[in-house]
Amino acid sequence: MEVYRADEPKPLYRVLDEEGSPVGPVPDLAEDRLVGMYRGMVLARTFDERALNLQRQGRIGTYAPFSGQEAAQIGSFAVLEKDDWVFPSYRELAGLIYHGLPMERALLYSMGHPDGAKVPEDSRMFPVQIVIASQLLHAVGAGWACRLKGERSVAVSYFGDGATSEGDFHEALNLASVFSVPVVFFCQNNGWAISVPVSHQMRSATVAQRAVAYGIEGIRVDGNDVLAVYEGMLRAVDRARAGEGPTLVEAVTYRLGPHTTADDPTRYRDEEELKRWREQRDPIVRFRKFLEKRGIWSEEQERTEWERARRMVDEAVVRAESYPKADPSFAFEHVYALMTPDLSNQRDEWRARASRREGMQ
Amino acid sequence: MREMTMIQAIHEAMKMALESDDRVMVLGEDVGKNGGVFRATEGLQAHFGPDRVVDTPLAESAIVGAAVGLAVAGMRPIAEIQFLGFIYEAMDQIAGQAARIRFRSGGQYSAPIVIRAPFGGGVRTPELHSDSLEALFLHTPGLKVVMPSNPRDAKGLLLAAVRDPDPVLYLEPLKLYRAFRGEVPEQWYEVPIGRAQVVIPGQDVTVIAWGPTVPVAVRAARSAQEAWGHSCEVIDLRTIAPMDTETLVASVEKTGRVVVVHEAVRSGGVGAEVAARLAESAFLSLAAPMVRVTGYDTPYPPPAIEDAWLPSVDRVVEAIHRVAAF
Ligand SMILES: Cc1ncc(C[n+]2csc(CCOP(=O)(O)OP(=O)(O)O)c2C)c(N)n1
Repeated sequence: MEVYRADEPKPLYRVLDEEGSPVGPVPDLAEDRLVGMYRGMVLARTFDERALNLQRQGRIGTYAPFSGQEAAQIGSFAVLEKDDWVFPSYRELAGLIYHGLPMERALLYSMGHPDGAKVPEDSRMFPVQIVIASQLLHAVGAGWACRLKGERSVAVSYFGDGATSEGDFHEALNLASVFSVPVVFFCQNNGWAISVPVSHQMRSATVAQRAVAYGIEGIRVDGNDVLAVYEGMLRAVDRARAGEGPTLVEAVTYRLGPHTTADDPTRYRDEEELKRWREQRDPIVRFRKFLEKRGIWSEEQERTEWERARRMVDEAVVRAESYPKADPSFAFEHVYALMTPDLSNQRDEWRARASRREGMQ
Repeated sequence: MREMTMIQAIHEAMKMALESDDRVMVLGEDVGKNGGVFRATEGLQAHFGPDRVVDTPLAESAIVGAAVGLAVAGMRPIAEIQFLGFIYEAMDQIAGQAARIRFRSGGQYSAPIVIRAPFGGGVRTPELHSDSLEALFLHTPGLKVVMPSNPRDAKGLLLAAVRDPDPVLYLEPLKLYRAFRGEVPEQWYEVPIGRAQVVIPGQDVTVIAWGPTVPVAVRAARSAQEAWGHSCEVIDLRTIAPMDTETLVASVEKTGRVVVVHEAVRSGGVGAEVAARLAESAFLSLAAPMVRVTGYDTPYPPPAIEDAWLPSVDRVVEAIHRVAAF
């Protein structure tokens, strides 16, 4: 009897080793693009560390840090064009900022300001998704629309390893496969879904191999190697644009921080594991070493770059903190295109109360 | 007597349930090693082992659907949905499956499961973590819906839910987890599902609340008494399905005036059901139109504006005065 078994897991696709030396063909990218990706990573890390601090100081609310995942995000976003659809989870701020999301918006979101969920009007990003895996289906729909309308654009959804356990993940891959939708499913496998390690999330050896069951292509790349991520994503996006259908990309990476600022990873995570990733596999260090070996990056540039990033983040913090206060009537205005009579009565009631309250203060 | 918080009472109830019956098991996301994101299941896995306190993959429909099968086959699962807002993922398994298996099988099968889920606002959560969705489940025949508002009831209702032969949705107000301590008996006791409690007796106005709005109603009743001299009877519904109409009617026959307070959006909310029942059964006792103080008919708003959205003590006091002065 023939039985089906999972393939032997394929090796991780890598371009750079931990020391930043090429172990595979280096993508043909102009110097300024390489440097631009590096800058994106530095800015992202600076932003993330600052946001964590702001949360500890009570200046923003719950925040989901992404440090450690910069290569997975910047490497994949670097392939996208402005007209491509992006359906992120809550952990893609590095990529979104690189793609044009103003940093103060990201901060406003964590401040609980309604405008924090707004994306640039000339973009096709969705607001961050809180429900795990729901956005995969939206990406399928958007990609499908692109195909129906004869657009060149593709749709990408971002999600974690935990999301691959949800029904929506499986429904999305299946639907996209059946209709050969130009969509990329980009999984940042960061090892953990809150406290559950990926080994307890699924028994298949890799996320990427799950593609096989749906009749689509799967790719597994080193998520801490920005060039490997770039190559993997490029293949997936090119296939989608060429009408070859969906691809599942697994970027193997690691979340260095807590799941969110409300989480305490010391309860479930081994210090040694964290140390290994932090000290030996930092995606920013690896890429910097590569740039240095290429002779296109110096210590001097390194210093100025981190300073510049700090300044940019400082400015974003100022912009976020001096942003006009949320208008209470926001809640009513965006429920329907045309406010219903019920809602407009409720809004008036609310306004009256809000102004009375202000008067009392 | 000992005093504890609501989350401690919930924890204690689960521990006692696991101890008292080998068939009881706890399953959900992060409930094992991490002890739950709110520490409700803290230490239980270490104590009872990973077969009885189970970290599941991230899949709500799987958690509830498997719980149905587990229960049908003799286990007594307590399933956790990490936040009520994510229960939509399990909607079919709850409303379409668990709640109707007894009916569908003509009484041959049943799904004695407990589904726990935190919910409710005022704690600055990200989107969908605060939504009050109890009305969806009041509208689901076959399901019981329990919403404690204090530590004592939390333990007693959870123990009753574990022993209940039908599926019970047990909703835990986030804001009250650690808001105050209350007396909690040490032994096993059950607070009957389906019975409301008169929290404060009064003569002039009946204020009906459940879950997170009970403390709001109590504070409002006190300040209405102080400010206007209105004597309010505050009733904690405790379970919304089945609903204790009798206690409500008895109160309204005495006071003739009603304010209903809930966090969920107004239209089609449980307050509408309460009002309908009172209109049906106590119409002639009513001396004023009933008033609802609720969330507005919008999605739960972002943290920066949630305080102005939630039913506040002020709003309830005003409503009390309005019906009292009618
Ligand atoms: C449907 C749903 N269930 C539960 C949650 C609570 N929750 C938020 S993040 C998370 C873990 C997600 O892990 P993963 O998909 O690996 O993404 P990561 O956070 O690691 O980026 C959980 C359980 C949620 N947001 N949505």
